[in-house]
Amino acid sequence: MLDIIVVGAGPAGMTAAIYARRAARTVLVLEALSYGGQIINTPDIENYPVEAHISGFDFSTKVYEQAKGLGAEFKFEKVVGIRREEGAFVVETAKNAYEACAVILATGSENRKLGLEDEQKLTGRGVSYCATCDGNFYRRKTVAVVGGGNTALEDALYLSDLAEKVYLIHRRDSFRGEETNAARLMERANVEIVWNSNVTRLLSDKRLTGIEVTNKVDGSVRTIELNGLFIAVGRVPENQNFASLVNLDEAGYVVAGEDCHTSCEGIFVAGDNRVKTLRQLVTATADGAMAATEAVKYINSL
Amino acid sequence: MSVIEVNKGNFEEVVLKSEVPVLADFNAGWCGPCRAMKPMLDELAEGNEAYKIVSIDIDEEDELADQYEVSSIPCLVVFKGGEEVNRSVGLIAKEAIADLVEG
Repeated sequence: MLDIIVVGAGPAGMTAAIYARRAARTVLVLEALSYGGQIINTPDIENYPVEAHISGFDFSTKVYEQAKGLGAEFKFEKVVGIRREEGAFVVETAKNAYEACAVILATGSENRKLGLEDEQKLTGRGVSYCATCDGNFYRRKTVAVVGGGNTALEDALYLSDLAEKVYLIHRRDSFRGEETNAARLMERANVEIVWNSNVTRLLSDKRLTGIEVTNKVDGSVRTIELNGLFIAVGRVPENQNFASLVNLDEAGYVVAGEDCHTSCEGIFVAGDNRVKTLRQLVTATADGAMAATEAVKYINSL
Repeated sequence: MSVIEVNKGNFEEVVLKSEVPVLADFNAGWCGPCRAMKPMLDELAEGNEAYKIVSIDIDEEDELADQYEVSSIPCLVVFKGGEEVNRSVGLIAKEAIADLVEG
């Protein structure tokens, strides 16, 4: 039996693995896709101490190699469930089952979808969730961003340097994102803000050709012709598979304080899927350190 | 076989006229998820005779990207007998990549 299983190989999970190995505990990291998590989409990290500039993928590779070098084991299998069995936890993947004394949930979050018909089908055919990844395809084209938080504002700013015209569609009459970003955006001549409105339909002909936008206040419907639609309406935690084991808040985040203890003894949580006020690389890695340290304490108490 | 770099000049020969199915990986060096998928594609290509895996740098080969309407990367396109038969956008697991061609 293993000491610790970490679910998720993002910055939080891999840091947990480093701390577990430094405490001489055996650790297996299970990951559905590839190491790195959400941060691999970031072309340039400028706010993590030590390096002024590093790409998210290079950062992840360094952390992965560090954890591997310390003896952490990685397997690329999707976790489908966890159950408790006689003082241990059985973590099930599609093909295998692994046993450990303690589990750290570091599953992160995924892009929130609008939930519109054909959204999935048009992803990559005009619909995108990553302006920095796909913005280059829309040079001198017409695009729209949906959302009102910081990501939406930053995406709209970024795209306004590339695209001919940028619509920003927001369901409220003011932004939740930072004032400075909002102010900079208002100054851009090629940005049009569509307030109090929801995207209610995706129009397509093999690829996205436009959107239908409905004004929430007066109910008016408008069609906007587009080449690209960037969806930035937040993220949702990936905790659905563990809802029967640990308490989640109404938004689906695992309820735990700074000590990363969940409602289930022996299960800890680290990173973006935990209830917290600041979701950043540095707070994710901090959680990883804390969760592993607490998991080791728990194992020592058995 | 290992992953073959493909450009406008050899695309027809290597991809469209291939006798075996071809998995074309449209990618770019600045794209993190593309880089994350590279080792998986290398592993799938290694010793594989059932299909070819080719890599297309969309910055160098923008005409090919346009022609196949690639507007998000990573984008995997499967060709059989010169025709597109399957496509996937975004980072996916190694088994899912294999399923795209074999499934």
